Amino acid sequence: MPLVLKTTPFHPRTAPLVRAQTWRRWAGYQVASAYDPHPDREYAAIRNAAALFDVSPLHKYRITGPDAVRLLDRLVTRDVTRCAVGQVLYTPWCDGRGKMLDDGTLSRLDEGTFRLTSAEPNLRWLTMSAAGMDVTIEDVSERTAALALQGPLARTILETVCPADLRALRYFRLLHGTVRDIPVTISRTGYTGDLGYELWVNGERALPLWDALVEAGAPYGITPAGIWALDIARIEAGLVMLDVDYFSAHHALIPDQLSSPFELGLGWTVSPGKGPFTGRRALHDERTRGRAWAFVGLGIDWDSFERLYRQRGLPPQLPTVAWRGSAPVHVDGRQVGYATSGCWSPLLKTYLALAHVRAAHAQPGTGVQLELTVEHRRQRADAVVTPLPFLDLERKRA
Amino acid sequence: MSERRDVIVIGAGANGLAAAATLARAGLAVTVLERSPAIGGLRRTVEFAPGFHAAPTAATSGWLPPALARDLSLSVPVRTVPDISLTVALAPGDFLPFPHDSRLAADAIRRHSVRDAAAWPAFTAQVGKLAGFLADLYQRPAPDVATTGLRDVAGLLRIGLRLRALGRADMAEFLRIVPMSVRELLDDRFDCEPLKAAVAAGGVRDLCQGPRAGGTGFVFLHHLVGAAPGSVRDRGYWRDGPEADVAALDALARRTGVTIRTDTAVSRILVHDDAVTGVALATGEELAATQVLSTADPAATLLGMVDPVWLDPELVHAVRHIKFRGATAVVLYALDALPERTGLPAASLAGVVSLTPQLDALERAADAAKYGDVSEHPHVEIVMPSVRWPAVAPAGKHVVIARAQYAPYRLKNGETWDGARREALADRVSHLIDTAVPGFLDRVLHRAMFTPADFEARYGLTEGALTHGELTLDQVLFMRPIPGLAHYAMPLTGLYLGGAGAHPGPGVVGAAGWLAARRVLRERTT
Amino acid sequence: MTARRYDAIVVGAGHNGLVAAAYLARAGRRVLVLERRPLVGGAAVTEEVFPGFKFSVFSYVVSLLRPEIIRELDLPRHGLQILPLESTVTPLDHGDYLASWADPDETRRELCRHSPRDAEAMGVFGRLMQHMAMAVKPILSMVPPDPGSLAPSDLAGLLRFGRHMRGLGPERFHALFKLMTMSSADYLDEWFEFGPLKATKSASGIIGTFLGPRSPGTAYVLLHHYMGEIDGAFRAWGFQKGGTGAISDAIAGAARACGAEIRTDAAVERVLVRGGHATGVALASGEEIAAPVVMSGLDPRRTFTQLVDPGELPADLVEGVRRFKFRGSSAKVNLALAGLPEFTCLPGPGPHLRGAFSISPSVEYLERAYDDAKYGDFSRRPYMDIVLPSMIDPGMAPPGKHVMSIFVQYAPYARTGGWTDAARDALGDAVVETLARYAPNLPSLILHRQVLTPLDVERITGLSEGNIFQGELALHQLFFLRPVPAWARYRTPIRGYWQCGAGTHPGGGIMGASGRLAANELLGSAAR
Repeated sequence: MPLVLKTTPFHPRTAPLVRAQTWRRWAGYQVASAYDPHPDREYAAIRNAAALFDVSPLHKYRITGPDAVRLLDRLVTRDVTRCAVGQVLYTPWCDGRGKMLDDGTLSRLDEGTFRLTSAEPNLRWLTMSAAGMDVTIEDVSERTAALALQGPLARTILETVCPADLRALRYFRLLHGTVRDIPVTISRTGYTGDLGYELWVNGERALPLWDALVEAGAPYGITPAGIWALDIARIEAGLVMLDVDYFSAHHALIPDQLSSPFELGLGWTVSPGKGPFTGRRALHDERTRGRAWAFVGLGIDWDSFERLYRQRGLPPQLPTVAWRGSAPVHVDGRQVGYATSGCWSPLLKTYLALAHVRAAHAQPGTGVQLELTVEHRRQRADAVVTPLPFLDLERKRA
Repeated sequence: MSERRDVIVIGAGANGLAAAATLARAGLAVTVLERSPAIGGLRRTVEFAPGFHAAPTAATSGWLPPALARDLSLSVPVRTVPDISLTVALAPGDFLPFPHDSRLAADAIRRHSVRDAAAWPAFTAQVGKLAGFLADLYQRPAPDVATTGLRDVAGLLRIGLRLRALGRADMAEFLRIVPMSVRELLDDRFDCEPLKAAVAAGGVRDLCQGPRAGGTGFVFLHHLVGAAPGSVRDRGYWRDGPEADVAALDALARRTGVTIRTDTAVSRILVHDDAVTGVALATGEELAATQVLSTADPAATLLGMVDPVWLDPELVHAVRHIKFRGATAVVLYALDALPERTGLPAASLAGVVSLTPQLDALERAADAAKYGDVSEHPHVEIVMPSVRWPAVAPAGKHVVIARAQYAPYRLKNGETWDGARREALADRVSHLIDTAVPGFLDRVLHRAMFTPADFEARYGLTEGALTHGELTLDQVLFMRPIPGLAHYAMPLTGLYLGGAGAHPGPGVVGAAGWLAARRVLRERTT
Repeated sequence: MTARRYDAIVVGAGHNGLVAAAYLARAGRRVLVLERRPLVGGAAVTEEVFPGFKFSVFSYVVSLLRPEIIRELDLPRHGLQILPLESTVTPLDHGDYLASWADPDETRRELCRHSPRDAEAMGVFGRLMQHMAMAVKPILSMVPPDPGSLAPSDLAGLLRFGRHMRGLGPERFHALFKLMTMSSADYLDEWFEFGPLKATKSASGIIGTFLGPRSPGTAYVLLHHYMGEIDGAFRAWGFQKGGTGAISDAIAGAARACGAEIRTDAAVERVLVRGGHATGVALASGEEIAAPVVMSGLDPRRTFTQLVDPGELPADLVEGVRRFKFRGSSAKVNLALAGLPEFTCLPGPGPHLRGAFSISPSVEYLERAYDDAKYGDFSRRPYMDIVLPSMIDPGMAPPGKHVMSIFVQYAPYARTGGWTDAARDALGDAVVETLARYAPNLPSLILHRQVLTPLDVERITGLSEGNIFQGELALHQLFFLRPVPAWARYRTPIRGYWQCGAGTHPGGGIMGASGRLAANELLGSAAR
C-alpha cells in the first residue's frame, strides 16, 4: 500500500531533521511544521540570518502557447499584458462574481512561457478559462521542486554558489541561473516579508540543490525552517493565506464565506484599466460602490491582554505558534468582524492578528475588541486596527 | 454607413423574421443578416434535384402561436390537416392508419386490439388537453421559478392555477407524464405493438435517446402542441406551400421596413466593456449596433461568435455542455411517380408514415447511438411533400422526405461521417422504405443525403442538432438554453438569443424570436 | 375476535413497519406488528444461510437511516452499531484500479493518478452535492402536499414546499432541477472525464431502477444515495454489526421497549373493512384481530390490491396502483468462502478488503448490462457492488472463512422464459465468472452459493416484482406522486387504513422515513 501522503523531493534531507516528528499536511504532502519542537530558532533565522523552506507542495502550472497571455490576462486581476519577461506578479483570481478563488505568483519565464503557482489545484479552472484558446496548460507541481531562502543573509549565501548578478535582481523579478551548476530559476519573492529568494528546480536535482545551499549557508547560520515559523513571518508581513484567511469561491458554502480582492486588502491588484477578465464587471462595480468588508491588522493592547489573565490570577499566556481559526471582533459590544490568524510577534513584541471587519471600522487607529478564551472563559481584549503589513522591512525590496 | 441601425438580427429564419418584425413595428431600425443566399432558415426548401424541392431540415410544418400572430397582426397562413396524420407500416404492403377522427381511428385499431380501440379516444383527448397546457406556456417567456420578483410570482401562480384548471386527474397525469418515458406512457394504456411504436416515435423525435428514456413523455407532448384534436403526430401543413409561414413573416418584416441582407455571414459579435457594439462579417466588414439578437443556436452564438474572454468560464462550461447531439439524418428522394399498389391508404400520403412497428426496434435503433454507432435498422419516417404541394416537383413526379434515426453526430473512436458511411446509411434507408412500400426504389430518380455533419456544415447547426439543443427536461422552459439565461438576454449588454435554442424551442414558429424581441423592447424602455 | 384490544395493527415487520410501530407505541398506542416470516426485518434481515455463515441476505449496507429516527428511538441502546465501510475499489480491465479511500488526501492522490482535473472537480462537486442534500433534506421529512387539493393543510404544504424551493436561490434550484431530470451519466459528464470514475458514480444512480446510467431520472437516484454520505447519520456507507438484520432487531427492540407487541409467523391475509372503515385484520390461520387502525408496511400493490378488495377503492386509485412501476431489476448473490479473494489489481491483504468493490469499469459497460435487461435477460456482464462483511465484522463467518455479498444488476423480474432453476444458476455463473476476471481465485474459494433472483426476492420478502425500493424511484413516482396522486399522504380511501412502506414518500433504502412520517401523520390527524 502506498503512503497516505506524498513526500517532496527534499524529503530524504528534511526527514532526519524533524527531531520532534512535528509533521503536518500541506496539499497532500507530508511537510515539517518545525524541525525543532518549537519554531523560535527557525523564526529567528528568517529575521536574522537565513531560513530554508521546502515549498514544493505549492501547485505549479506551466502555461505556453500563442494565447498564453490572453488566457492569463482573462484569468487574473492584474494586467498580464504588461508583465515583462523575467517579471513576477503576485495576483489573485476570481470567479464571475468577482470573488476570490485563489492567489499566487505568476512568472513570465520567457516570451511565451508562464508559471502560475497556487495554494489549491487550479487545473480545472485554468482549463475552463482556456476554452476556445490555443494554449497548453501543464501541471508541473510534482516535477518542480521549490525552496525558499529567506532572511537578511539570503543574498550573501546565494552569491557564494550562484554566479549570477543577484544584486541586479530586483524585487519580483526572476532569472535563470545555476547553483553549483544545477540549473535553477531564482525569483526575488517570498512569503516572509524579508529579503529572500525562491529557487525552482527540476525535482531530480532537488537534493544536490539542498546540499549546496546548506553547505554554503552553514557559515552564515542557514536554518531549515517549517510552516510554524513561516506562519509567524507571513502574519507580520500581512500576507493572506487561502483556507485560513479566506475561502475559495469554489469551496464556499454560503455567500458570507466569499471575499473579493478589495475585501482582502488586495484592491491594488485589481487593474482598473485592463481588458476583460473574469469578475471584471463585479469588481468594477465594487470599486465604485465601495467594499463591504476590509482586511486589517489588529495589534492587541498588552495591558488589556495582561489584565485578562491577571484577573484570573495567571501570568499572560501567549500563543507559542500562530493560530488559525476564528475570533470575533467587537466594537461597542457589537460584532463587526472576525480575526482569522494571530500570533505573538517575537520581533515587534506585539500580539498580532489578521481580521475581517466591516468597512466602516477599517480605519487605522480604530479601537476594537478581540474575543479570546482565557482560562475557559470568553474575554475581550482591546486592540487597535493597524496598517498592514505590520512589519515593512526596507531590505525586502532593496 | 450612415443609415440608422438600432438592432442587428442574425439569421433570417422564422425566429429572425419574427424578431425583426416585432422590433421594427416598435419603430426600431432593424437589419437582418442571413448567411444563406435566401431567407427561411431551417424552413427553407432547396432544389435537391432539377425541379424537385424540399426542406431537409423541416419535414413537417410547425405551430404558429396565435398570440404571436395577434401581437404582430400577422396574416396567418391557412393550415390543412390531413385526415390521417400518422400511419405505421406493419409488414410489406400492410399499414395501420391513425385518422385524427378518433372514431375512425378506433375502427382501424380494433383490428389489432379491441381494448386499445376503446382506450384510443380518451387517450388522444387527454394528450391533446395536456399539450394545450404547454401551448399556453409557449406563448410567453418561461416562468422564472427561482427569482423572487413580484411579476414572476404572479406568473407562477397563474401557471399553478392553469395547471389546476386541468382538473385533478389531468393535472396529476401531466405531472406524471412529463418526466416519464413515452414507452411507459403507452404501455400503461395499450397492448398493440405497432400502435405503441408509431406513437412513441413522436417522443424521440430528433432526440438521441430511445423510448424508454425519461422525459420522452414531455417530448411527445411538445410535438403535439397545436396539433389537430385527435391527432397524435404533427400539426398538418400550410396549404400554400412549405414556406408559407416564413413567407408571411418575411412580408410582414419587409412591410415594416426591415432590411434583410442575404449571403451575409456574421463571423464575430463585437464587444467592448461587456457591451455589444456590433458585428463583424465574414468579409471583414463591421456593422455597428448596440443590440444584437442572434437566432443561431446558443453554442454557435456564444462560443462561435463571441470572444470567450468576455464570458464567465462557468457559463462557457455550461454552454459547452448543452446537449445538442444531432441524431437525425434526412434523405430526400425525387421520384418519377408514386409506386402503385403499395397498400398505403391514399389518405395517408399527406401525413407521416412510420416504418417502425415495434417498440424494441425503436429502442435498438437508439441503442446504437449510445455507443456512437449508426443504427443497423434505423427508425425511418417518411412524408411526401409533393402530395401536399404538387408544385414542389415536376408535374406527376414526387418528393419523399425520409427522416432516419439514429445517426449520431459523434461517432465512436473519433470516426467521421465520410462518404461511404453516408451512402451506407442512405442505402439502408432506401431499403427499409422499399421493404415497406414495395416498388419504391424503382421510382427513385435521385436522392440527396443529409447527416448531422452536413447539417452542421451547411446550416451552422452545432452537432447537426435540428433542435438547437435537445428537448430534454433539463433543457426546456426556464432551463433553456442554460439555467440563468432563459430569458433571452445574454450576459453581455445588448446581446440576445432568440433562436430555437431559447424557450419555447423547436417547432414553435417564430416564438423564440418574437419573445426575445419583446425582451429587447422592454429593456430599451427601462 | 381475540380478547385484547389494540389501537393499531402494523402489517409487516420491515424496517418501516417497525419504525411506524415504534413511533405509535412511543405515543402510547397499543400496537401489534404482524409479520408473515419467522423473523422481523423484511428485506433487512440477517440469516445463517449456510452453517456458520451469516448473511445480510438482501439489503446489505446502510447510510440513509434518518438521524432523527436514531435519536428519537434511541437505537444505539437497542443494538445499532454501524461499522465503517471506508473504501470503494473499481477494478479496471487492464489490471489497474480506481479507488476512493477514507482519507481525502489519499483519495485525491489516487484520483490524480487517473485525472488531475477530476481530482480537483471532486472537491467542487462534493460541495454542490452537500448543497443539494441540504436542499432535499427538508423534503424528505415533509408529508407531500396534494397539489390537486384545496384542503388548507395541502395548500399550506404547497406553499411551504414552494417557499422552500424558492429559498434555495436560483443557482441551487437549477442544480437541483438538473439532478431531478438528468441521467446520471450526462450529469457526471459535466464534471468528470475519467470513464471508470463516471461509471462508478453513475452506478449508484441505477440501483434498484430499470434504467441505464444514460436514462434521464437516474441523477436523482444518485443524489438519493449521496444523501446518506452527507446527511445520513453515518456520513458514509456502513455495515451494521451482525448484519442488517441487527438494525431491524434494534428498531424492534425500541418498539417493544415502548410496549409494542410483535408477532412473527403471523401472515395477514386481509384487512377487515366495514362501512368504509378498517376494523382489523384476518390472518392466514383464520384468526381475526380487531383494531381501529391498520397500517400497511407492504408495497402499494399489496396494500391496495391484495390486503383489501380493490372494489372498495376508487377506480382511479386502483388504476394508478396498476401503473405504479416496480420492475425489479437486481439480484443478490451470497457466497460462503473458504478464504479471501485475491484481486489482481490489488493483490494480497489490505484495507481495500474492508471496503466495497464496484464492477463498473465504464459507462458503456453499464449501458450494455442494461441493454441485456431491456430485451428480457439478465446481464451477461452485470454491474456488481461487492462487500466482504466478515472482514468488517468477523462474527459473520467461521474463523478464517468469509462471506461475500454481491449486489447484481441487471436481472429483470420479467425475464423472458421466466426464472427457472437453470436460469438462476446461469445468473450465478455469470456473476462468478465476471468476478473471476478480477479475482481469479474466487471460484476455487466458493463453499456455498445463494442466488436470489427478483422472483426469489418477491417470494421470500413479498416485495412485488422484487423491487428493493417497493417501487422505482423515478421522478414520476416521487413525492406527491408516490405511490399515486392524491394518496401520497399515507392515508387510503378506507378510513383507519394507512400506508407506511417505502412505496410512499420518500421511500427506498434503509431510511425509515416513510414509517416515521406515516406514524406522525396518523398521530397528528388523531390529535386534530
